[in-house]
Amino acid sequence: MSEGVERSLEPGGAATADAVVVTERAQSASGDERGGLLHGPAARNLGLVIALALLCVVGVVTAGDRFASIDNILTILRLAAITGVLSIGMTFVITGGGIDLSVGSVLGLASVWASTLATQTMAQDTHWIVMVFTALLVGVACGLVNGVLVAYGNVVAFIATLAMMVAARGLAEIISNRQTQRVKVQGFLDFFRDDWLGIPVLVWIFALVSAAGWVLLNRTTFGRRTLAVGGNPEAARLAGIKVKRHTMYLYALAGLTAGIGGVMMLGRTTAGTSTNGMLYELDAIAAVVVGGTLLAGGRGTIVGTVFGVLIFTTLTNVFTLNNLSISAQAIAKGVIIVGAVLLQQRVAARSRAGT
Amino acid sequence: MSAPTRRRWLTLAAGTVALAFVVAGCTSNEPEESEDTATNTAAAPAPGGTSNDEPGDKVVIGFSAPAADHGWMAAITKAAQATAEEYSDVELRVAEATNDTNLQISQIEGFINDGVDAIVLLPFDGAALTDIAIEAMQKGIVVVNVDREFSDPNAARVTVLGDNYGMGVSAGSYICDQLGGKADAKIAEIAGIDSLPLTQDRSQGFADALATCGLEVSNRVPADFTAQGGEAAAANLLQAAPHLDAIWNHDDDQGVGVMAAIEAAGRDEFFMVGGAGSKQVMESIKADDSVLKATVIYPSTQAADGIKLARLVVQGKSMSDLVEVEVPRKIQLFAPVVTKDNVDRYLPTAFES
Repeated sequence: MSEGVERSLEPGGAATADAVVVTERAQSASGDERGGLLHGPAARNLGLVIALALLCVVGVVTAGDRFASIDNILTILRLAAITGVLSIGMTFVITGGGIDLSVGSVLGLASVWASTLATQTMAQDTHWIVMVFTALLVGVACGLVNGVLVAYGNVVAFIATLAMMVAARGLAEIISNRQTQRVKVQGFLDFFRDDWLGIPVLVWIFALVSAAGWVLLNRTTFGRRTLAVGGNPEAARLAGIKVKRHTMYLYALAGLTAGIGGVMMLGRTTAGTSTNGMLYELDAIAAVVVGGTLLAGGRGTIVGTVFGVLIFTTLTNVFTLNNLSISAQAIAKGVIIVGAVLLQQRVAARSRAGT
Repeated sequence: MSAPTRRRWLTLAAGTVALAFVVAGCTSNEPEESEDTATNTAAAPAPGGTSNDEPGDKVVIGFSAPAADHGWMAAITKAAQATAEEYSDVELRVAEATNDTNLQISQIEGFINDGVDAIVLLPFDGAALTDIAIEAMQKGIVVVNVDREFSDPNAARVTVLGDNYGMGVSAGSYICDQLGGKADAKIAEIAGIDSLPLTQDRSQGFADALATCGLEVSNRVPADFTAQGGEAAAANLLQAAPHLDAIWNHDDDQGVGVMAAIEAAGRDEFFMVGGAGSKQVMESIKADDSVLKATVIYPSTQAADGIKLARLVVQGKSMSDLVEVEVPRKIQLFAPVVTKDNVDRYLPTAFES
């Protein structure tokens, strides 16, 4: 936990220093965390590993081979993939001190837009990749609108993305006329419903997005800036970071993951409907928070997010395998979220005491 | 049928509460249920009855349905569970009720991994669940499709459907009978969600039936299957139409709001026909204490029938009331009109809204 404290920047002190020094400090701070990746975050993630391991033990004990089979693990991963990708984008937004309530709706809109008759006809005439680009473009565009509203319009993130959540769902309903649009482009379906090396393409996408997210957050200037912006925007601005532009990028990134999620949803369900991705924003936020990213911003962990996603999907799986009541599952989810937030508050309190 | 829910977790809790009410309301009705359901295959063993109900090979059935954000949908799962409990040879695995097709697909994957004998599935979106249902069928699992049809007939061994067009016809014919050739009768229709095919089917049936006696719908307003939507739609309708002879309301859940609006307006010059067949509406018809004089049924026991049919198919039994050796491919349930005269027959299978 102490590593986690160090990982958040110390902007209070930094703000008073010369900008160049600040940048160096920022870099050395993230340098620490670079060296500590195997120690600090690993220690912080230990709780998550234990939680997941415990769930797996419960799964094996109660369901035996039905749980510990390759088929079942793939079922868990396939279910985790779409929310997982959304959660990676959400990790960036939350680390940057924001929140994005619109990702589920944008996912739905992207899946609808990419599966309209017009898009599918175009894809049939050219290449199925057209559908992918359409979904990604829709996602990024929605994300940019969020970003501009939050960063330049000074609209509170909660409200701006809430507006997008409602509006994107409405637009999706208008475009699809509330009907189910079946994907008929065979190339698209063949690609996204395939397995590589025995692992579904959707799970590969989740893995790739997670890896890319980890590199982006932990190994690039972009990631360091995200931590700085989330930790203390004023200090970040004084350190020469274009805070507004960076914030906009973060929402565009979340929009991009929503677009990817839309493509994955089309691959999985073979159908674009306006109800796709309903409430996924809550699943994503829950996974990110349980993973250990601070809701207040300034600290984020991709590994934790991936664990958070896996914990929730494994929980769903274990409950389903054991034929347990839906209400018990809802209660368990609630308890986990509250537990994680309580833990976070203690960490945050210690962090404040430390600086 | 179900309006999209905005808060899944809240709905889970709400659904549970609703379910609890249904439990309280329905427990005494189970014996009648098997007699009244349209597929009379497994009626209690009686003289001249069949051996279909006698325990056979163990059957593991996986069940999945959309979130119970609507009284009718809550009753679907409840009735399925109650029916499964009647059989010692049926083990029912109920998956979390969900309006997320992604999760529902994963539930079916889980059932396939588990090697269940049959899956009874009311898909949130028929098209989205079609591919996984085909996969299950290819693995030798009996898939019974309930209410919302798959987009490929190969995805299910048996399909159990309600009759939306028939609901409209039943309601229209009843109104024709009651108004008996009154030439310029004013008839209003309060529809469900207008863009849904099922709503269009109901309205088409209603218009077709009214046309046979020379009547037509004079005022039509869509609502959204919720009480608050029904209240708003009905309030506007009553403003727009100073005199009415009959109203058909597509859905008894939204009917709660419709009745509230009618009472608020103090109107009683017309009679009203409901839809779907909730217990409250049937009790009101029985008591004859309001403008509600009839309702047309959209059976909430479809999934329960799905359980029975899945069991028969897996055990290699036939529907003994038919000559046919195998269980049929498709069963469409009837949409009868419930009035004061026959309400006792249908009350046991009515759902709590």
